[in-house]
Amino acid sequence: MAKRKKKTSIGIHFFANPARFLRFARKIFPWVTALAIVCIVVGLVLGLAVAPADFRQGDAYRIIFIHVPSSWMALMIYVIIAVASAAGFIWRHPLADLVAKSSAPIGACFTFLSLVTGSLWGEPMWGTWWVWDARVTSMLVLFFLYLGYIALNSAYDDPTKGARASAILALVGIVNIPIVKFSVDWWNTLHQPATLSKFDRPSMDSSMIAPLLLMAVGFIAFYLVVLIINLRSEIAARRIRNLRLAQAEN
Amino acid sequence: MVTAFFNLVGRDLRLALRGGMGSLVAVVFFVITVALFPLGIGPESALLERVAPGVLWVCALLATMLSLGRMFDEDYIDGSLEITALGPLPLEAVVLAKVLGHWLTTGLPLMIAAPVLAVLLNMSTEGFAVLMVSLLLGTPILSLIGSVGAALTVGLRRGGVLISLLVLPLYVPVLIFGVGAVEGAIFGLGASANLLILAGGLLVALAFTPWASAAALRMALE
Amino acid sequence: MASSGTILQAHDLACVRGERPVFRGVSFALEPGGALVLRGPNGSGKSSLLRILAGYLHPVNGMVAWGGENMREAPDAHRARTHYVGHLEAVKPALTVTEHLAFWARAKGFSQAAEGILAALDLKELADVPGRFLSAGQKRRLSLTRLLASPAELWLLDEPSITLDVESARRLETMLAGHRKQGGMTVVATHTKIALPEAKTINMASHAVPAQALLGAMQKELGELDYGKW
Repeated sequence: MAKRKKKTSIGIHFFANPARFLRFARKIFPWVTALAIVCIVVGLVLGLAVAPADFRQGDAYRIIFIHVPSSWMALMIYVIIAVASAAGFIWRHPLADLVAKSSAPIGACFTFLSLVTGSLWGEPMWGTWWVWDARVTSMLVLFFLYLGYIALNSAYDDPTKGARASAILALVGIVNIPIVKFSVDWWNTLHQPATLSKFDRPSMDSSMIAPLLLMAVGFIAFYLVVLIINLRSEIAARRIRNLRLAQAEN
Repeated sequence: MVTAFFNLVGRDLRLALRGGMGSLVAVVFFVITVALFPLGIGPESALLERVAPGVLWVCALLATMLSLGRMFDEDYIDGSLEITALGPLPLEAVVLAKVLGHWLTTGLPLMIAAPVLAVLLNMSTEGFAVLMVSLLLGTPILSLIGSVGAALTVGLRRGGVLISLLVLPLYVPVLIFGVGAVEGAIFGLGASANLLILAGGLLVALAFTPWASAAALRMALE
Repeated sequence: MASSGTILQAHDLACVRGERPVFRGVSFALEPGGALVLRGPNGSGKSSLLRILAGYLHPVNGMVAWGGENMREAPDAHRARTHYVGHLEAVKPALTVTEHLAFWARAKGFSQAAEGILAALDLKELADVPGRFLSAGQKRRLSLTRLLASPAELWLLDEPSITLDVESARRLETMLAGHRKQGGMTVVATHTKIALPEAKTINMASHAVPAQALLGAMQKELGELDYGKW
């Protein structure tokens, strides 16, 4: 006799894990918020005031304490979205879809922040507000990937389908990111303008590493804070949708 | 199964032929946009020659992108897609058949039109052959990647504009290597590296994109 | 046509569309020559059940078995033996009636359509007419002819007699009777009367998931959580 599928009661299957998650999230929320505030404040203080000025770039280089962690976050969040999308596909876990959806706007903002701070860094160095070097261009493409993801998700009326469609997009995109990076590097070496040299990383003085890491940890904590807030409102929104559906039926 | 595959391609070609001028929209757009460049940046030959490979590739890319919407939309809306989905072909093969039909009516004509337009832009003749080869390898990749965007937005209200946003970031590498090949040929640096990368990309796209497009279509067919 | 003992069975099917549960607890069994009629108001899941049987949609609970084997374990075989005619006619403006039939037969893997089909739904005079000139009723009749264009044991029909006149509806009944006589099975969702002797019936409304039950489940799980405390 053919195998039967395991019985799941309708409705419960959508709410069981999110409820458990909400209880867990409430416990860690104050700690993560504190961690974010402490790390970012201390990191900024160390980076903007305490670390020595770079002998070539003066004080302008300090923007890397925001720029570099933002770039890391932009990439890290996209990877999280891809992993959550894969998990949502394989296990159909409702929380996985929500994590992906809620992370996307945060990732987009970090990418934008990276682009803006990169531009602010570039101006004192090269006199132009925009530089088409490999890293910046890859960030720009990543920004468009985020925008596409968010747009696709919201284009569907049915949130379940929207989540699945954007999951497919995220997985295709994650394969594309290394390809884009490679191709843009290639493109850059072909078209290297004579007046511009590649981004010169300031040699890492030990006093620079600490604020950088602090900012990175702070940003991760910040991401978790906003993620929890977003997830909470997504779950609440789902509850409202179901209440409305019930209302329509009665 | 082979019957079913070529049945689909054949029907799409027949529909394109009977559709009259509508199916040539991509080539006409290609010609118009390329012609806009001299009007926009001035007719100075040296300038046009310098930008020719990039302009040709960008316009070919945009023309391909414009026609992606019709890959699945019509069949989905009138119900032909759900019939094909109940046939012997796995949905991934259906996607490949639609991509082939799309390329034959879009990419192939673009590839043929390109050298003619290259003359308009005063492109150096050393680049002509590589231009065609790069488009021969590149436009199928564009159709394949485009099928993912088309499948993800099939039946959506504002699908057309959304496809562009989804697909353009994924097109960037194809553009870079396509233009790189042509410029390599023109400046005597050799095009083989870029062309080989494009060929590799085509194989990767062939292996990977039908899965993604089929998954999206399955979702739409629910 | 069908081997004896080939049975279509559904066990405790439940369906969710988007976030909305549509039905639960649907079970039935059909033997060769059997027919099942689905009735119920709009939104009760008739179309969803048909799409589950066709393989387009996956149930959230339960399963469908053909000859004892889970349908999902042999999807190619299931597609080969199933015809689905839904609300959409799949008529292309530029193709003639005959070309449609040829396409549909080949889409199922047969090199050509069966002979003499057009007469069954009185479309013989329209054989060379392109789709754009057909009326709504003619399009619907054309879409029904694909049931005959290639053989399949299971016919799934969603509101087939919409836009059909009385004469054509009678012809459809003849087609269905012929199909069942050869051992084929059919599941039809319909509001109107279609003569299907000895057909089983399922009223989908009786399998609806009441909103209160869903809310009750939700309340139990989320229970004491108070969003105000954040």
